Amino acid sequence: MSESVDRNRLRAYTNARVALRSAGMSLATSELLDMALCLAEARDAVHTQLSTVTLVPQLASSGLEVFSVRSAAGGRGEYLRRPDLGRRLSAESRAALEGACEPTQGQNRALSGAPRPGRLAVVVADGLSAVAVERHAVPVLDVLLPMLADWRVGPVVVAEQARVAIGDEIGEVLGAVATLLLIGERPGLSSPDSLGAYITWAPRVRRSDAERNCVSNVRPEGLGYDRAARKIAGYLNRAQRLQLTGVALKEESALLED
Amino acid sequence: MPYRHTIRGISYAFEDLRTLLAKASPPRSGDDLACISAASAAERVAAQMALADLPLAEFLSRAVIPYEEDEVTRLILDSHDCAAFAPLASFTVGEFRDWLLGEEASGDLLSGLAGAFTPEMVAAVSKLMRIQDLVLVARKVRVVTRFRTTVGLPGTLCSRLQPNHPTDDPTGIAASILDGLLLGAGDAVIGINPVSDNVATVTTLLRMVDRIRERYEIPTQSCVLAHITTQLTALERGAPVDLLFQSIGGTEKTNTSFGVNLALLDEAYEAGLDLRRGAICADGTVGQNVMYFETGQGSALSANAHHGVDQQTCEARAYAVARRYQPMLVNTVVGFIGPEYLYDGKQILRAGLEDHFCGKLLGLPMGCDVCYTTHAEANDDDLDTLMTLLGVAGVNYIMGVPGADDVMLNYQSTSFHDIAYLRSALGLRPAPEFEAWLERGVRRQLSMQGLLNA
Repeated sequence: MSESVDRNRLRAYTNARVALRSAGMSLATSELLDMALCLAEARDAVHTQLSTVTLVPQLASSGLEVFSVRSAAGGRGEYLRRPDLGRRLSAESRAALEGACEPTQGQNRALSGAPRPGRLAVVVADGLSAVAVERHAVPVLDVLLPMLADWRVGPVVVAEQARVAIGDEIGEVLGAVATLLLIGERPGLSSPDSLGAYITWAPRVRRSDAERNCVSNVRPEGLGYDRAARKIAGYLNRAQRLQLTGVALKEESALLED
Repeated sequence: MPYRHTIRGISYAFEDLRTLLAKASPPRSGDDLACISAASAAERVAAQMALADLPLAEFLSRAVIPYEEDEVTRLILDSHDCAAFAPLASFTVGEFRDWLLGEEASGDLLSGLAGAFTPEMVAAVSKLMRIQDLVLVARKVRVVTRFRTTVGLPGTLCSRLQPNHPTDDPTGIAASILDGLLLGAGDAVIGINPVSDNVATVTTLLRMVDRIRERYEIPTQSCVLAHITTQLTALERGAPVDLLFQSIGGTEKTNTSFGVNLALLDEAYEAGLDLRRGAICADGTVGQNVMYFETGQGSALSANAHHGVDQQTCEARAYAVARRYQPMLVNTVVGFIGPEYLYDGKQILRAGLEDHFCGKLLGLPMGCDVCYTTHAEANDDDLDTLMTLLGVAGVNYIMGVPGADDVMLNYQSTSFHDIAYLRSALGLRPAPEFEAWLERGVRRQLSMQGLLNA
C-alpha cells in the first residue's frame, strides 16, 4: 500500500514522532517502550540535582568570579509547587551575595557619570533541567564571552532551585545594568536538555516577563551553540544601545531581521 | 455578608462569595499557591455544605469581581437571560445539582437554558459534583458547530490535527499533517502553533494548508494560532484565514495580559464572519462558526489577575467570553500550565472534566487538550483515563499530535493513535463530512510530494 511506504519515509522531514508502528490501531510495543524511556529521561532531568561541584570549577576556569546561591525554595517538591519561592534568593544567599559584592556596588555608583562599560551579571540556573545546564552552559559561554567586548562581564552566579526571575534579584544585588540568565527549560520527550537564555536590562525584583528577551531551545539538536551565542550577543548589544529589553527590543530585532 | 456553616458545634465562616467558592473547591495546587483554598478537609466540606444551601439567584446579586472593575463581569451580568432563569430562580446550588442529575433536565432543555446559567452558577454546582456527575450531566448536552465539518454530533469524536514544528518548517509540518490524515485525524481543524508570531509565518502556513485542503478536497478548516492581531493583519493582506484563534481568560486583567479585550475580539469576529469561507455541511446548512478559543485553569493566577477568585471559577468565566462569539471550537489545555496549578494526574483529571462540564452547560462546543508536562506528577495512564472519561462525557474533540509528543511546545498531549483508540473503544465516528472523505479513499493518493506541490 502506497500509504505505508510513504509513512515510513516521513521521519526524514521532521523530528516529530510521525510514522510510529502500530499494533492494531494502538502503538506497537517497541514504540511504547521508546516513549517510556523518553519520559523517564525527561522526568529524571526534572528531578536531578545540579552538580555544582563539577560546574563551578568549569565556569571559574574562564577567569570569571563564581558564586553559588540557592533560591528560597527548600527542595524540589516545594520548588515545583511554589514558583514564587524559586524567583527569590534565600535569605542566606542574599546576605552572602551582598557581602561578596560590596566593592562592586561602590564602583557601580561611581559608574553613573563614568565611561566604564556596564556590568553584565551572568546567572546559571538549574530551572527544570539541571542536565541542560550541565551540558550546555559552559559551551555557550565559551562562544559567547568573546563577543561581549563592550561589557564588563561577571561575576557568574550559579543558582539552585531557581526560576527565571531570580536573575532580577541577583542583578539588583550585584548592581548590574543587565542580567544574562541561562536556565534549564522544561524537558520535553524529545528534548530533556534544552537550555534557555533570558536577557533583562536593569534587573530589579518584580520585573515582568514582558521586560525581558528570550533565546530558547539551545542545544546541539536545536539552536546550536554558535547561533545561540550570536542571538544572545545581538540582544545584549542592542539592549545596551537602546537601554531596554523586552517587547520593544523584540520588535526592533524583528525589523532588523526583515 | 459572611456565609456560615456549623458542623458539630464548630462554626465555619466565609467572608464573601469568592471565599466560599474557593474554600468549596476540590483540592488543587493553584488555589493553594494563591492562599485561598480550604485550610482543612473539614473546612472544605463545610464550605460545600454552605454552598449547597446558597440560592442560585445569589450569583446575580453578588459579583465575585466587581461589575465596575471588570468587563467580563459586565458581560456575564448584562447578557444574562432572566426569563430563561425564572424557572430555576428558587433553586439552591444543591437543589440545582439534584435537578441536573434528574430525568427532567434533558439535553434539549439544558441546551435551551445555557443563557440562564452564569459561569459562577455552573462552577459552584460542579464543586458539589463527583466525577461521575460531571460525566453524566455533560453527556446530555450536545453543542454542534459547523464550518466545513460538523463537530459535536452525538456518536462522533473529532480531532484537531496539531502538526507543530520547532522551527515552523513547512516541510516538517506537512509530514505531520500527512501522518495525521493517514490515521484519520484532522476533522475539527488543522491547527498549527507557530514559533514565530509574525504575519509572514502565519500567511505561509495558512497558504500551505489551504492548498493541501483544496487539492485533496479535504473537508476541514485550518488555523494558525498566533496572536489574534497577527492573524487579523494576515487576513487583511489576503491570507486564507478559516478560523480565528485566541487564548482567553476569565477576568479583564487576564485578557489584558494576553493582549486582548472584548472590543478586539468583537472586531475579529466580524472580520471572520465577513470572509464567508464556511461550506455547506452535511445537514445542508452553511458553516458560520468562525472562532477558536483556548483556555485553562490557572491562567488568571499566572497573570496575577485572579482577584482572589479560585482558578476553576475564573476558568468558567472565560467561557462567558467565548460564548459571545458562537465559536466553532473551544478547548481547555488542561495540564499544560504546570504542577503549580494542577499538581498531578488526579487534579488534571478532575479539572478536565470540570471544564468540559461547565463549558457544555454554558453552551460551548467543548473539546479538550488532554495533556501534561514532564514536571507534573502525571503520565500516559493519566491521559488515557481522562480521554476515556471525556469520550464517555461526549467531548467534541481532542488533539492529535504525532506520538503525543509536541516537539515545539514540549508537552505531552494525545496522539493520532489515541483518537483511533477512543473511537474504537466507544464506538465513535469522525465528523460526517470527514468520514465521507475517508471512505472515498482519497487518503491513498496522499504523498509528501503531493502535499508540498499542492
